[in-house]
Amino acid sequence: MTVLVCADADEAVAGVRDGSTVLVGGFGMAGMPVALIDALIRQGATDLTVVSNNAGNGDTGLAALLAAGRVRKVVCSFPRQSDSWVFDGLYRQGRVELELVPQGTLAERMRAAGAGIGAFYCPTGVGTPLAEGRETREIDGRVHVLEYPLHGDVALVGAYRADRMGNLVYRKTARNFGPVMATAATTVVAQVREVVDVGALDPEAVVTPGIYVDRVVEVGS
Amino acid sequence: MSAQSLVAGVLAGPADLDAVPMTAPGPLDKHAMAALVARDIPAGSFVNLGIGQPTLVADHLAADSGVVLHTENGMLNMGPAAVGDEIDPDLTNAGKIPVTELPGAAYFHHADSFAMMRGGHLDVCVLGAFQVSARGDLANWHTGAPDAIPAVGGAMDLATGARQVFVMMTLFAKDGTPKLVPSCTYPLTGLACVSRLYTEHAVLDLGPDGAVLRETFGCSARALVERLGRG
Repeated sequence: MTVLVCADADEAVAGVRDGSTVLVGGFGMAGMPVALIDALIRQGATDLTVVSNNAGNGDTGLAALLAAGRVRKVVCSFPRQSDSWVFDGLYRQGRVELELVPQGTLAERMRAAGAGIGAFYCPTGVGTPLAEGRETREIDGRVHVLEYPLHGDVALVGAYRADRMGNLVYRKTARNFGPVMATAATTVVAQVREVVDVGALDPEAVVTPGIYVDRVVEVGS
Repeated sequence: MSAQSLVAGVLAGPADLDAVPMTAPGPLDKHAMAALVARDIPAGSFVNLGIGQPTLVADHLAADSGVVLHTENGMLNMGPAAVGDEIDPDLTNAGKIPVTELPGAAYFHHADSFAMMRGGHLDVCVLGAFQVSARGDLANWHTGAPDAIPAVGGAMDLATGARQVFVMMTLFAKDGTPKLVPSCTYPLTGLACVSRLYTEHAVLDLGPDGAVLRETFGCSARALVERLGRG
């Protein structure tokens, strides 16, 4: 399927359905696809499950989506931060559900989804409340817990540059979850600072090959 | 009197508590603790420093130590905190603080970053803690209080994955109760994962046989064991 180079962020998030699972890239604000999230708020999809490392910072980006009442459930590793007041308030009022996942397990569950792995055994979390009641197996003398893949209907990713085939390069630690989420969703949307012509990206430097990407939109810096 | 009989198994050996050296005249401050941790990190190690006090360890690593810092949000050869024009929103550490890159830096995505931990490629991580048990169980992510919002981040992955886990913490809580305990009462981060504990009063090795005092600061081993036992 060819990549759609969108005119604006609203076109890039068109068609997101109520009840979707949305993978949202970023670690704090680094790599957070703010323009796409703002467009998703305008687009109006609700009852969303959001998968992201954090649960919003300040009042923009993911925090704004939460504040707009569009999120039923957050799957993340680290909701509580000094500036996570939007999530904190909703959680304490029982207005948003939380599934807490260790950060590496969160990434690996999406990697598994993107790689066609049915499930995997992971040592992280054994003996802790996050593994209570879960299926475990001892492998080579070490107890592991069974983890299932985590698919998205949509992934919203912030990258640095894209070419018109959807190949993506990232910048510094803003890469974080982007390349993994880009493999794990049915529809993958990337906001980038610049869309360049085919051939302008060094093929050796491409991090996310365009095969994973459905839509790109240039949002400037 | 043996250590075990004093504190119900919190501390095992050495047989002669009086043989444990006191290596500083008073309790250490957090910078002196960080310097001790830095001293014990083998040259050339790949190291992850947790959020908070453990980040101070970076200030005490010798320039020629060859220690490479890993940050779980996807970078090796992380440099010091960024100042002024160096600040770049695309370059932060795990605490979301702007940092710099050193020559030889590498960036990678989150699944690779945590594969480095789980796969046994990370030599040492240094973490803070609410409680540590004498056999090395770690509790550092959740107080369990009913109104607390739980947040685990990469703590469980680090505790489980790094080849050695060092903990830096105060030995006693504000109310005087020991944070080194026979069994953690706070929700666990990982089982039997901490190998060494750095506190303002002492450094201890932890393991299946219990905690062993290596050195004390400003108090005798015997006095410290008695205080731990009273907690």
